[in-house]
Amino acid sequence: MRERISEKVGGSGIFLLSISIIYVILGIIDFGIARDALRVLGGLILRIAPVLALVFGIMFLTNLLFEAGGIVRMLGRGSGLRGWVFAVLGGVISSGPIYMWYPLLGDLKEKGMRDSLIAAFLYNRAIKIPLVPMMVHYFGWSFAVILSLYMVIFSVLNGLVVERLTRGRGR
Amino acid sequence: MENNTFLRSHSGEGRPWIRVFMKVVSSGALKQAFVKTARSLTRSLPILLGAFMLLSLGATLIPKDLYGRVFTGNQIFDPLIAASVGSIAGGNPVTSYIIGGELRLQGISMLAITAFIVAWVTVGIVQLAAEALMLGKRFALVRNVVSFFSAIMIAILTVLALGWA
Repeated sequence: MRERISEKVGGSGIFLLSISIIYVILGIIDFGIARDALRVLGGLILRIAPVLALVFGIMFLTNLLFEAGGIVRMLGRGSGLRGWVFAVLGGVISSGPIYMWYPLLGDLKEKGMRDSLIAAFLYNRAIKIPLVPMMVHYFGWSFAVILSLYMVIFSVLNGLVVERLTRGRGR
Repeated sequence: MENNTFLRSHSGEGRPWIRVFMKVVSSGALKQAFVKTARSLTRSLPILLGAFMLLSLGATLIPKDLYGRVFTGNQIFDPLIAASVGSIAGGNPVTSYIIGGELRLQGISMLAITAFIVAWVTVGIVQLAAEALMLGKRFALVRNVVSFFSAIMIAILTVLALGWA
């Protein structure tokens, strides 16, 4: 039975179905909490829609302009320093929540992007230049600068460790 | 000869971006790219929607004052607790700064607050399933575990560098 459902809707369908069931159960137990969660969900989707459009726009352009070979050259094993610069800067300048970038990164991974660069990109999503004034307001300039520097350094270290630990293993 | 040069310069030959554009328009690549992107979109949307639903549920069920109540004042356990709470919670980094600012006023150590802020933005337990479905189970698990310990290490190094230890 479970296998038949899995075959029909796939892993992503089962994931969505499971969470929908949690919402339904929650709605039966406490309708107010379920309604509040749906309200938060509505706001989140509205806020995130432009970023989602941007991500799929970039995916479209990547599919249009780059062959898998091009991606491997830029972000694959032989990409060297250029690959790291792409990953670090890409992570810093990309906007929106981290999970919005999973589809694009999944796509690039299929085309040959290194795991280490994906991890570095995701780590650098933590450094948000427009939010630095906010961090400075709460914790001061020195904290903001030192923390950001460590984050960039650790993004590269993390990337290398993640790649080493995942090397040669399938999905 | 002159005529040839004129034709070449006006047909875009020799200009890489025009060559790419002509190739794209003429070869049906637009349709192919559209189909590929649409396929990725169909595959990703249920996962993203599921992640949104989980995050919304977390934001509704976890009371904001919980963050202040979990700390013990212990220099060793607090960074671990902070990184754990930051990993489970998530959302806009601004929220982590605001909560961090509040925790600072309550006298929580900067070591714990830094671990909390870094884990908040780098570790995602709530969206782990979405990450695993799109980037691979092992990758998602390893990346989040490594990021968890990195959050504590970054907190220690930052506090030491600032002389706040």
